[in-house]
Amino acid sequence: MSNQTRMNVTVTEVVEVNSLIKRFRFVREDGGAMPGFSGGAHTVVEMDDNGTRRLNAYSLMSDPADSSGYEISVRRDDSGRGGSLFMHKGVKPGMKMVISQPVNLFGLDLRARKHLMIAGGIGITPFIAQMAQLDSLGHRFELHYAARDADLCAYGAELSARYGERLHRYYDVEKQAIDLANLLKTQPIGTHLYVCGPKGMIGWVLSTAQKMGWPKGALHSEEFLAPPVGEAFTVQLSRSGVSIDVGPTQSMLEALEAAGIDAPYLCRGGACGQCECKVDAAEGEILHYDHWLSDDQKAAKTHIMPCVSRFKGERLVIDL
Amino acid sequence: MSQTQADDVMKSRPLYGRLVPKQGSYHFIVADGEGGEAVASLLNAAPDMKPRAHIIYIPGANGTDLTGMVSGLGARVFHPAPSYASASQRINKVLGDAHMGLQLYAAGTEGLIGQVQRDAMAAGLPHDALTTEQRGSLARRVQCVHCKGITENVTLDPFVCAHCGLNLFVRDHYSRRLAAFQGVCIDAEDPGEVPPSEERFK
Repeated sequence: MSNQTRMNVTVTEVVEVNSLIKRFRFVREDGGAMPGFSGGAHTVVEMDDNGTRRLNAYSLMSDPADSSGYEISVRRDDSGRGGSLFMHKGVKPGMKMVISQPVNLFGLDLRARKHLMIAGGIGITPFIAQMAQLDSLGHRFELHYAARDADLCAYGAELSARYGERLHRYYDVEKQAIDLANLLKTQPIGTHLYVCGPKGMIGWVLSTAQKMGWPKGALHSEEFLAPPVGEAFTVQLSRSGVSIDVGPTQSMLEALEAAGIDAPYLCRGGACGQCECKVDAAEGEILHYDHWLSDDQKAAKTHIMPCVSRFKGERLVIDL
Repeated sequence: MSQTQADDVMKSRPLYGRLVPKQGSYHFIVADGEGGEAVASLLNAAPDMKPRAHIIYIPGANGTDLTGMVSGLGARVFHPAPSYASASQRINKVLGDAHMGLQLYAAGTEGLIGQVQRDAMAAGLPHDALTTEQRGSLARRVQCVHCKGITENVTLDPFVCAHCGLNLFVRDHYSRRLAAFQGVCIDAEDPGEVPPSEERFK
């Protein structure tokens, strides 16, 4: 059901980029070429964290033209559920891991006349692959990259060296901010806008662009959510006829998988829509955390995204 | 006023909305024939658009000519043109010089709306960036899939291709790239057996 072809890989490099970010390089165990991907694609990394299976999606940041390996960067989240901590503490060069084939939910629209990219913090990673792709195609682009300070502006200096005036950096500590209204006003017709970063930044960029008359089809964004922690609850599956307990730090999808149910998934971050499930009964409140369902669907309690959403109440029955 | 019904149509068949004012830095409006009435409603509903509005108006192939009325609407720029072909250079110049935030409107026949959409896409805009309203004749712009010639203002089905002379059946299959419906030879297997033409697109 999950329909993902997995690959056995070896970790060949672990590089400490700054105090929060580490970079990992994977090559195939059988020595073969990696499947091709386009800028903006991600891979789902499987982790065996002392018996707990964790699957996290990370954007591929290596050059799409490089089929010898994939690279990702992981920002350590000390208050997260543990996936990024496992990557930082547990993953060493030489280790065998399993990753998924690449999936792209944040692809470039190559019909654009120009690509305007806005990155916040670790949101830079998909743009590194996209810029390599655009540069080799000779397409016009510019990137505006905001970070807390020079140290946390990962890859900023080397990207500036590579792309010169096409790269603009902003540091919060120096009170530098992207002049968004002016930036959006001066873009030629046919520009597409891409934003990846914290939730607040994505909302700010998209709503400003919409207010200034940018068409929806020219706006692209990506935000992967980590499944939020919450109270434990029980979910009943109407087709399989079983009840499954979801722990406080576990997502519903992870609980289904731990019970041996092959539920559909792709991004595991509330963005792609693949894991959408019909709700047969919900006596209580569905805590919707995804970007996929419409507000009407959320209010109607007819669907749920098991990768990130939770439940609080008497009884939840889903069609699985 | 004629409007295409949304039911029972092929997926590629374009559907149209209403000319409603959009937020933006500049308003570029292209209309033909009865589309002039939609432009009047638009500017009357949002008079503050006028100092930032640019209208190109083309009289309809069916004889409807609202040039006088549209020229008096008070847009900052008004440009009358005898045909889409003659306006095309100006349309592409305006699109080429503009910045994101420009709002594009097209009103009138499907042939006109489709050509504005095609030129907008060629300028790099997404296909859904247009605000459209279909008014007036339902005549179609049709590409002969055999000789690739385009016949404008087709009202009959089947009709004779203006380029190669084949008898063409007009399909709902629409190409955004060509801004045309597809016409397919109706008597390829039994030459000469052509059903009587009907006026399907008045």
